[in-house]
Amino acid sequence: MSEQPNELEQLVGKEYQHGFVTDIDSDTLPPGLSEDVIRQISARKQEPEWLLQWRLKAYRHWLTLREPEWAFVNHPPIDYQAVSYYSAPRSKKDGPKSLDEVDPKLLETYKKLGIPLHEQKMLAGVAVDAVFDSVSVATTFKKKLYEAGVIFCSFSEAVRDHEELVKQYLGSVVPAADNYFSALNSAVFTDGSFVYIPKGTRCPMELSTYFRINAKNTGQFERTLIIADAGSHVSYLEGCTAPMRDENQLHAAVVELVALDNATIKYSTVQNWYPGDANGVGGIYNFVTKRGDCRGVNSRISWTQVETGSAITWKYPSCLLRGDNSVGEFYSVAVTGNYQQADTGTKMIHIGKNTRSTIISKGISAGHGQNAYRGLVKIGKTADNARNYTQCDSLLMGDQCGAHTFPYVEARNASAKVEHEATTSKIGEDQLFYCRQRGISKEDAVNMIVNGFCKQVFKELPMEFAVEAQKLMNITLEGTVG
Amino acid sequence: MSLDPVQHYLSEYAGKANAANWLAQQQEQAIGLLRSKGFPTRRMEDWKYTDVQPLLKQSFRFLGKPTASADVDKTLGQIQDLDCYRLIFVNGRFVSGNLPAGTGVSVHSLQQALSANNPLLPSHLNRYTAPGKNPFSDLNTAFMQDGCVMILADKVILDKPLNLVYLSGHQDAPVASCPRNLLLLGKQAQAIVIETYAGADQLDYFTNSVTEICLEQGASLEHYKLQQEGSLACHIGNLQVEQKRDSRLVSHSISLGGKLVRNDIEVRLTEPGAHTVLNGLYMAANSQHVDNHTRIDHLCPHTSSNQTYRGVLSGRARGVFNGKVIVHKDAQKTSAHQSNANLLLSNDAEIDTKPELQIFADDVKCSHGATVGQLDENMLYYLRTRAIPEDLARSLLTFAFAGDVISRIALEPVRRLLQQRVLGQLPDADTIREFIG
Repeated sequence: MSEQPNELEQLVGKEYQHGFVTDIDSDTLPPGLSEDVIRQISARKQEPEWLLQWRLKAYRHWLTLREPEWAFVNHPPIDYQAVSYYSAPRSKKDGPKSLDEVDPKLLETYKKLGIPLHEQKMLAGVAVDAVFDSVSVATTFKKKLYEAGVIFCSFSEAVRDHEELVKQYLGSVVPAADNYFSALNSAVFTDGSFVYIPKGTRCPMELSTYFRINAKNTGQFERTLIIADAGSHVSYLEGCTAPMRDENQLHAAVVELVALDNATIKYSTVQNWYPGDANGVGGIYNFVTKRGDCRGVNSRISWTQVETGSAITWKYPSCLLRGDNSVGEFYSVAVTGNYQQADTGTKMIHIGKNTRSTIISKGISAGHGQNAYRGLVKIGKTADNARNYTQCDSLLMGDQCGAHTFPYVEARNASAKVEHEATTSKIGEDQLFYCRQRGISKEDAVNMIVNGFCKQVFKELPMEFAVEAQKLMNITLEGTVG
Repeated sequence: MSLDPVQHYLSEYAGKANAANWLAQQQEQAIGLLRSKGFPTRRMEDWKYTDVQPLLKQSFRFLGKPTASADVDKTLGQIQDLDCYRLIFVNGRFVSGNLPAGTGVSVHSLQQALSANNPLLPSHLNRYTAPGKNPFSDLNTAFMQDGCVMILADKVILDKPLNLVYLSGHQDAPVASCPRNLLLLGKQAQAIVIETYAGADQLDYFTNSVTEICLEQGASLEHYKLQQEGSLACHIGNLQVEQKRDSRLVSHSISLGGKLVRNDIEVRLTEPGAHTVLNGLYMAANSQHVDNHTRIDHLCPHTSSNQTYRGVLSGRARGVFNGKVIVHKDAQKTSAHQSNANLLLSNDAEIDTKPELQIFADDVKCSHGATVGQLDENMLYYLRTRAIPEDLARSLLTFAFAGDVISRIALEPVRRLLQQRVLGQLPDADTIREFIG
């Protein structure tokens, strides 16, 4: 099928566009992990004693765990002692009061990525809590949110200013002992985002955070906690890019969502971390635990993700449907090229009555990429009239890639209705032929077909993300079908 | 009773008479693997939903010599109006049968074939099961006593179906049997083979069967497995198939009986043009546990497979389905389709289904679907408006659901038998019989 392999290789081999390292002095702990390191992290962040104990408990549990091997990914063993667990940009010490005080080099980095903070303020109406390495350095639109009663701040601030809320909800969705990486995260997390939407409030704007990994050899351990109180509504956006480097970087984030009665949380992600070069060298290891708890009646949690980056993605945004009539949704596009590996999917745990869940997963594999969907739909005994619909489709480009599906369905209630369907194929020759016949170039035709394939997911993204995602898709897949 | 299960089988093995030399070696290897690896636990992915502890807690005995068949009702495995060759085994030992004969047809019991030193046995027996992969297959290899060896020469067509009937049960002790079958079909050869498993209803026993099949170029096999074990029985069955160029396998696996049942079907499509069809039906009630695992390896281009499995679960029954389709590297133009539909009729029943696709080639068409649901309210309503009582309407619709698999059965006497069997599990069977005439 590929008539011009050279041109194709050129396009596939396109270098990562966002690869650069900003040279700032970081206040970094030496590599290694021990109780001392955890005490130091906690001390530097001036945390209360209960949080330190919580971290230590998680660490002690982590020591008893073994790294999971069931995921469909291959990587050399990770040396957890070679990772530095704390890195803060210098500027933090002075505590920037406004954007002007922020290290200009840092701002420049964002500029290169096309996220001008100043403009963003005015343009999109999006508040950005930018996380540079592990400490938040810039927060905007805080006042407007404050007026609405919305708390949107970095995790460390939340620990300082809203200790009771953090104490109440931290670890209540993803317990520290949940899995290997969540235990690690619980022990060493440095910062992240905290959102609280008060009762009956509709968050006046889309909330967004850009994660960046910068300082060399730094693992990033984000902790995000979003609480939507009764009757509230929030849409949260998360997007990432990372500079180019050779060492593999470990990223083990934990995201916890809590939706109380009648609350809605919409969580969208565009993930474009450094995937490694064409030979599979380098790239981010992305081992994330994301879980939403539909705790109240009529609550709703919706995950949308576009995963194009990372050497390895290991991520299962899940929903615990505890409240009656609660709804869980998962929309995902995962693209793997070169030697990327993705093992991603979701868990929908139906506990309440009349709970519904929808799973739409689109996997695209190119080059030597391996893409696996792994999902669980569990209908508990108490979940009367639970309903699930799952669709996972895979698109294959190139004869070296792989697409895999591992859906688990466990039903324990006679009124459950669960449907799962999956298809795998390559881009239809007839579709391509039809486009070519109408004078559309092969490249454009492939883009069109791929975008059509992903449309169901893209349309769930907030507007500005949808555009970005589509662009990202075109760049990632340029030339993969010749 | 509290003896470690591996130790128990090791001591059973020690008391066993030795077989032919080459076989003794394989059996020695198998028991060694069992000793080192032990039995599966729920921590293993392939056994995640099936706990074999209840089976392992019981100390099943292997009988040294054939038993009088008085303990077992011989009519159990009969299929009415089926004109066929038949081999009857009681507690794993061949007792009687009418065997086909003719040029190119060689059908014998395993013991007969072993004592006749059939030259194909050493090279084919135990070749299609991978030692060490499934502990129960190793157990079977170590303890294989008897079974059926069918070898068809090129272009031979077996004129009548071959029915292998395995009956189990012993009054004095819980008995184990390890039937081992080997079916070799030469180029363009054709056959229909029906394996029937049945046994005494109120006796504990354990059947652990392995069937190995090799289909040469252009060969065609229709394989039926009718599992109607007694209500206390444990049944573990393993079907291993290797298919060469343009060969065709149609397998029907029907599980109706047993307390703890596990069926493994593994098909390797090794040459282009090989096609395989796997159909299955499992109906479980009370506290039955039925586990079906299938795995199809598409190892080369231009192979195809189609799977349809349906389950009906009521009472406190638990059903498990795991269908793996693996399209290996360079196996282009593969077509693989799979569907698993389940009917949950009771709140205490449970189904765990996991269709699985692993694809390492790009020019393929693969799909799978799995559903869990109930009888359609609209259909029920329709029948109710026609003055059909609700229970009867439910039975009718359940029967129709199972009928989707049964209707795929080409052999009419088997189809009729299964219709009756399925009806027998439903209330209002007699009225439905009137309906369907």
